[in-house]
Amino acid sequence: MAITEGNVLELEGISKSFFGTQVLKDVNLSVRPGEIHALVGENGAGKTTLMNILFGMQVIFDTGGFEGRIILDGVPTDISSPREAMTYGIGMVHQEFMLIPGFTVAENIKLNREPTLPNLASKIFGRRLETVDEEAMRADSRAALDKLAISIDELALVAGLPVGHMQFVEIAREIDKRSVKLLVFDEPTAVLTESEAQMLLDAMKRLASEGIAILFITHRLDEVMEVADNITILRDGEVVAMMSKAEAEVEKIAELMVGRKVERIELPERAKEPSDRDIVLRIENLSVNMPGERVRNFSLNVRRGEILGIGGLAGHGKVGIANGVMGLYPSTGKVYANEKELRLNDPKSALEAGMAFVSEDRRGVGLLLDESIEMNIALTAMQVQEKFLRPGAIPSLRLADEAAIREHALQVIKDLDIRCNGPEQLVRRLSGGNQQKICLGRAFTMQPEVMWVSEPTRGIDVGAKQLVLDLLVDFNRKHGMTIIMTSSELGELRKVCDRIVIVYRGQIAGVLPPDASDVDFGLMMAGKGAARREVG
Amino acid sequence: MADTEEKSTSRITGFFSAAYKDFGLPRLIITGFVLFLFILATIMKMDLTILISDSLVRIGMNGVLVLSMLPTLACGVGLNFGLPVGVIAGLIGAVMSMNWNLQGFAGFFAAIAIALPVAMVAGYIYALVLERVQGQEMMVGTYVGFSIVSAMCMFWLLAPIKNPAMIFAIGGQGLRYTLTLDKTFAKVLNDFLAFSVFGVTIPTGLLLFFGLLCVLMSLFYRSKAGLAMRTVGSNPMFAKSSGMNVRYMKMWGVILSTVLAAVGIIVYSQSYGFVQLYTAPLYAAFPAVASVLIGGATLERATVGNAIIGTILFHTLLTIALPVTQTALRGADISEIARMIISNGMILYALTRAERR
Repeated sequence: MAITEGNVLELEGISKSFFGTQVLKDVNLSVRPGEIHALVGENGAGKTTLMNILFGMQVIFDTGGFEGRIILDGVPTDISSPREAMTYGIGMVHQEFMLIPGFTVAENIKLNREPTLPNLASKIFGRRLETVDEEAMRADSRAALDKLAISIDELALVAGLPVGHMQFVEIAREIDKRSVKLLVFDEPTAVLTESEAQMLLDAMKRLASEGIAILFITHRLDEVMEVADNITILRDGEVVAMMSKAEAEVEKIAELMVGRKVERIELPERAKEPSDRDIVLRIENLSVNMPGERVRNFSLNVRRGEILGIGGLAGHGKVGIANGVMGLYPSTGKVYANEKELRLNDPKSALEAGMAFVSEDRRGVGLLLDESIEMNIALTAMQVQEKFLRPGAIPSLRLADEAAIREHALQVIKDLDIRCNGPEQLVRRLSGGNQQKICLGRAFTMQPEVMWVSEPTRGIDVGAKQLVLDLLVDFNRKHGMTIIMTSSELGELRKVCDRIVIVYRGQIAGVLPPDASDVDFGLMMAGKGAARREVG
Repeated sequence: MADTEEKSTSRITGFFSAAYKDFGLPRLIITGFVLFLFILATIMKMDLTILISDSLVRIGMNGVLVLSMLPTLACGVGLNFGLPVGVIAGLIGAVMSMNWNLQGFAGFFAAIAIALPVAMVAGYIYALVLERVQGQEMMVGTYVGFSIVSAMCMFWLLAPIKNPAMIFAIGGQGLRYTLTLDKTFAKVLNDFLAFSVFGVTIPTGLLLFFGLLCVLMSLFYRSKAGLAMRTVGSNPMFAKSSGMNVRYMKMWGVILSTVLAAVGIIVYSQSYGFVQLYTAPLYAAFPAVASVLIGGATLERATVGNAIIGTILFHTLLTIALPVTQTALRGADISEIARMIISNGMILYALTRAERR
């Protein structure tokens, strides 16, 4: 491909694989000065990896580098560290704020780039001892903030600022670097209220009009439509479309973003189809304070015997729901299991109500890595339901019935086809897929009425994924177990679920049947049509 | 994959590498050193039977203190450097029992009976302190231990005890530094069913008592509460998601450890024949910590077996190092130095290997 004149950035034929899994395939992208270029895609589409390559992050080199070329201002360039990217004039506005709370806005903006004045000590001992020029610092910061048309006091401490303002401080820091030519915004509106988001979009337009190129990574299609000049859509590591704003329609983008062939195999029939007349679990106004996955006023009825999917983009709270109901993160609201109210924030109450939970954090929460397979499988049922215990006078001092545990573990190993050396093997040594089966086996041992399963196929290989999904369908059909499955992979939700709830900003955006069109899913996940709420 | 690799190497190296992995380098070195000292003693024609008898006594008298390390390790609080909290409770029991002039087993069990409630209350308060400093329990525990020993110095001095055999002869106020148990319960366990084989005296009662507590401890590890305690220690989030009360289990771990320490010091005192007050318990935790670590315990995993092996190795070493080196080096005492190097070195080694997660 010929090098086009006048582009600030050109990515050419970028490919990258991690341990044999291809995450980027021949990606091309170009950005002109003053252009706002939107990069959209689902979770796992490869956006983050692409940015890591652009910024020369160490993780890329540690995993064998990448193929393709980065061309800056027409010159092929090797970027080997984020610091180097900065010297080339590429700036990043982070999703998580990298600010020092105890410093003022101005100090944060000028951090490590403070204007200084010479003094006696610095003349003797060198530049590092020069006095910070507070006046110049204030003036520079003010200028940067004014460019964004935001009225933050540059002498205020960052610690007391509202979240939205921190985002602006972060941006001000980037544009204060005079050489900046390209700014990357990574989901900048994710934590902002509507009015703050609008201010940010306006600021982006203003920056673009001054000739700075902007790469805007987002899930929010309405924002894309508002500010972007050009749009690149990534899906499964490939550019599936590049279009100008004139050609773009929200529906089209949504379809391209989500769309992939879903082979919905015929699932086994049930004797009795779940219906709204038979509700097993009722969630009312649930709010969960799980960092990064907050849930706000979520209400839902779960039908007895169904497989319910919970989908949505990362950070919108879909994972928080299960963690909240199961009592692992502080929550408020009401949850009724079989019309009996649960005590929230108490895992035991949830477990005793006949629920079991397979955590999305398999190694952190789901397993005792240095214990045997059999202990992992039996422990929860033993502690909550007093199974596998020998008789004894004092309940808490009853001894474990090792024979019963062994027998049960062997059965589970056989039923779930866990590949291992035997029930005494330590769980740490098993593959991800087999570890996941142990988590499922542990939940299954509880003989739950409702089973919460979060990200059941994350981090396991393709063959094992199908096995895990088959197991879930099997539990559901054979034992009439209600399954609530949270997953980032829409495809797998559509494969096995009866209904799919899409969560957006911690609330229900809507409920869709698994055979709904890609457009519907895409729009709902991107928050189109869902009411946006001002958050304080 | 690792399995096939191991098979391919020769069986002998395989055996040694497996033994090494199981046993660990520090234990290997210390076992080697103990054997070396025994060989040295044989060469120098020392009386091995006395060395072995003494070692058995030392093992029995320190065993329970070492065992008291296990509950805190199990529940994730780490090594109980605050062991003096329990030791003090035990000493209070011993002093009270002496004051009432109870003799033999009556005196011994009375001491334990008094010490238990004291240890439970003290352990509970200690647990409340540790709860507030999560992540730094070992550091804070060390200082809690130091503080309580110092604070108790005042108590010993002001305690309302009038038994003339126990208080300072001059002044008539305050307990003596060292109280002799000769007239009450000195060596009741040591002498219980004691017998000799090949000139080696077996302190049957002492070893039985230690053995009994080991059995109880390993049964506890296999009980519902014990398993919950271990789970809380190895993965608190897992424990929470399985409906266990993390806070409650940690408190029980600390209390249990404190109670065992109280029993441990009473066993120690009866065997030693003296009750040592004032600053004597200041460093009580360190030999116990070192023993359990030498036994192969880590902050993540500690078993009753670790405690037993650790006690045997560490205390055999200390017991025979003194006479053997004295004979070999004509009077030089490296026993105390060896004790310091080994116990503190072991603690250092274990702590640097912690927090791998």
